[in-house]
Amino acid sequence: MSTPDPRPVVTDLARPFGELRSEAGPYFGDFGGRFLPEALVPALDELRETYEKAVLDPEFIAELQRLAREYTGRPSLLSEAPRFSQLAGGARILLKREDLNHTGSHKINNVLGQVLLTKRMGKSRVIAETGAGQHGVATATAAALFGLDCTIYMGEEDTERQALNVARMRLLGADVIAVTQGSRTLKDAINEAFRDWVANVETTHYLLGTVAGPHPFPVMVRDFHRIIGEEARAQTLDLVGRLPDVVVACVGGGSNAMGIFHAFLDDVDPLVRLVGCEAGGEGISSGLHSATIGGGTPGVLHGSHSFVMQDEDGQTIASHSISAGLDYPSVGPEHAWLADIGRAEYRAVDDGPAMEAFALLSMTEGIMPAIESAHALAGALELGRELGEDAVILVSLSGRGDKDVDTASRWFGLVGEDSGRADLEALRARARSTSDSTASTSEKNGKETR
Amino acid sequence: MTALDTHRLRAADALDVARAENRAALIGYLPVGYPDLAGSIEAARVLIDHGADMIELGLPYSDPVMDGPVIQKAASAALRGGVRTRHVLEAVEALSGRGAAILVMSYWNPVLAYGPNAFARDLAAAGGAGVITPDLIPDEGADWIAASEEHGVDRVFLVAPSSPPDRLAHVVSHTRGFVYAASTMGVTGTRASVSAATEGLVARTREAGAENVCVGLGVSNGEQASQVGAYADGVIVGSAFVRALLDHEGDAPAARTALATVTDDLRAGVERSRTRQ
Repeated sequence: MSTPDPRPVVTDLARPFGELRSEAGPYFGDFGGRFLPEALVPALDELRETYEKAVLDPEFIAELQRLAREYTGRPSLLSEAPRFSQLAGGARILLKREDLNHTGSHKINNVLGQVLLTKRMGKSRVIAETGAGQHGVATATAAALFGLDCTIYMGEEDTERQALNVARMRLLGADVIAVTQGSRTLKDAINEAFRDWVANVETTHYLLGTVAGPHPFPVMVRDFHRIIGEEARAQTLDLVGRLPDVVVACVGGGSNAMGIFHAFLDDVDPLVRLVGCEAGGEGISSGLHSATIGGGTPGVLHGSHSFVMQDEDGQTIASHSISAGLDYPSVGPEHAWLADIGRAEYRAVDDGPAMEAFALLSMTEGIMPAIESAHALAGALELGRELGEDAVILVSLSGRGDKDVDTASRWFGLVGEDSGRADLEALRARARSTSDSTASTSEKNGKETR
Repeated sequence: MTALDTHRLRAADALDVARAENRAALIGYLPVGYPDLAGSIEAARVLIDHGADMIELGLPYSDPVMDGPVIQKAASAALRGGVRTRHVLEAVEALSGRGAAILVMSYWNPVLAYGPNAFARDLAAAGGAGVITPDLIPDEGADWIAASEEHGVDRVFLVAPSSPPDRLAHVVSHTRGFVYAASTMGVTGTRASVSAATEGLVARTREAGAENVCVGLGVSNGEQASQVGAYADGVIVGSAFVRALLDHEGDAPAARTALATVTDDLRAGVERSRTRQ
C-alpha cells in the first residue's frame, strides 16, 4: 500500500497562509509571549532570527526534507482501522501513523528541525526535557546523528515509570538527569532545563519539545510538525474522497495536536471539527488530572501566557495522568487561543477509557499505541458513537506503545500478584466481537491509501 | 501623596542614604514563610538591625526557574507550610517603618493571579517600596508598568551579562528604583568569586542611562560585598542568608546569631567598599 509519494515531504515553511493558519506569534489572541528572565532574551532573539532565515533558505528546507525522507521515514502512513472502527459505532477511523517514524513518535520531526538550527547557531550542545521519554529519545538520537553533546532532564517519577526510555537515551550517548525537585515530573524537568540553559546559553540550545514555552518555540515547534497534518489531509482526500469530519489528537503541551490540526484550521465550510483530548487522570472532579484547558485558568508558566493548572495564588498545581507525556499543568498558547475562539474543542479522557483504548487498538488492529495516543483513540471511540456510521475520524497516532508495556501490564494485572485495575478478558471479548472485515473494507474503500 | 507615603521608604531613598555615607547599600533577600511566617519576619528584622538598607521579601513560587537549590529548598518548605500571597503583604507591613526599604521579589504568575493593579495598591498600602520581577521583561509588562506607576511603587527589572546595548536601554528606561544586574549567567546561589565582568555590565548599564544599579547573584561574604560595592550602588545577597537559616533549622536563637554574623560581615564589606586601595 505504500508507493512513493511524489509530493514534497516538507512544504515551504515560510507562511503563505490566510486566516487562522497564518498566525505566527508571538501572541495568539491573549496567549503566548515571552515571560522569562532577561538573560535569555538574546538567545531567544538569536533563535527566532536563525529560524526565520532558515525557513527561507532552500538549502535548509532541502536538508530537512532529506532527513524526513531518509532518516525519519516520511511520509508516515495513513492506516484505516476497520475492526477498531466497529467499536466506534461504525464511523471510519483513520490513523495517522506517527508511531512508525524513526524513534517511535512524532517528536523526531521537531527535533531534526531544531538540531539543524543548533548547528546553524554554532552551538555544540543540546538539552531537553522529557516526560514519557519520547522527546528525550528523539533528541538523544538526533544529537548522536549530528555529534552534539546532549543532556536530558526527566522528572524522577518519570524515570521510574519510563525506565526503558531512560536506558535508550543513555545507550544513545546522552546524559539523563533525574529531577528530584517539586512534583518530580515534566514541569520540574522544564524548570531544570531552563536553569541549565541560563547558565550555558553560549554553547547550548534548549531543544524544547512542545508547542509551549516562550516565543518562538510555540510557532517553530508547530511548524516543524505541520507535515503531520499536511500529509494526513492529502492522504485522507485520496482515501475517502473528502475531508474528515473530525480530527482527534491527544494534548499535553500539544505538539502532535498542533501539527495535525494546523492543516485543517481554515477548513470551516464544511467544518472539520478539531478535538484535543487532554488527560483526565482519575477524573477532573478528583483534582488528579492534566486537563489544563478543561480544568485550568489563564496564567503564565514556562515562558508563555496560556491555561495553567493553578490555585488562587497562582501556584502551579501538580498534574496527574497515567501517561507521563500528558502529565503537564499547562498547554501551548495556540491551543489556548483555539479553545478561546471556539475553533477547537478540548475534552478530558480519563485513565480508564484511555487504557481501554490502548488494549482495544492492540487487539483489533495489532497496533500498540503510546498511552498518550490512546487518549486520542478513546476520544475517537466516543466521537464515533456520537457521530454515527458515515463519519470519518482522523486520529493522530502520535507514538508507539513499546515503552508503556510495563505500565499497561500493571494496569491490567499481568504481572505479580496484584490483580490490576482493569480486566483484560472483558476487553478481549469486545475485541473478538468485531469481525475480520478485510474483504468488505477493501470494497468499501475502493482504492488504496495513496 | 497620601499620609502613608511620607514614611514609606522607596528604593532610591535607601540608596541615597548609603550614598551619603559613601558606601554601597546592602540588600538582603529572605523568602517569606521560612521557617514560618513569624520566623521569616524575625529573620528580616535581624538583617535590618544589623545594617541592611533594603529587604527583598521573596514570594515563594512553585516553579522558580531563576533560583538555585538553596532558595528552592526554603521556598518549597514555605509553600508546604502554607504561605500565601497575603502573608507576604503582611510581612511587608510588619517590616516597613523600621528604616529599611521593603521590596517584594516575585515571579510573575503570583502577581498576575492577585491582579497587578491590586498587588501594587496593596503593597503600597502595606508600606512596601516596590517589586522585583525576575521573569517579567518590560516588553510583557504593560499592565505592571501602568499599575506600578499608578500606585507609586518601584519596578525593578533585570539585566544580565548577555544583555546587548539595545536591551539595556530598553530595561533601564522602564525601571524605577534600581536596575538589578545579574552578575552571572545562572541561578541564585553562593559562588566562590564574583565575575570580574560584572563591573563592565554595571558600567554599560549606567551608560544606558541607569541612575542606580545593584548587583546580585553569587555574593555571599564581606570580601565580595566590598569588591562589588566599589562599583555598584547596592549589593544584593540572598542564598548566604537562606543558608544560615537552613543550617539552623529548628533552632531559632542559633539562626538569629548566624544571620547577624553574616549581616555584620556584609555590612562591614559595603562600608569599606569605597575606601579600598
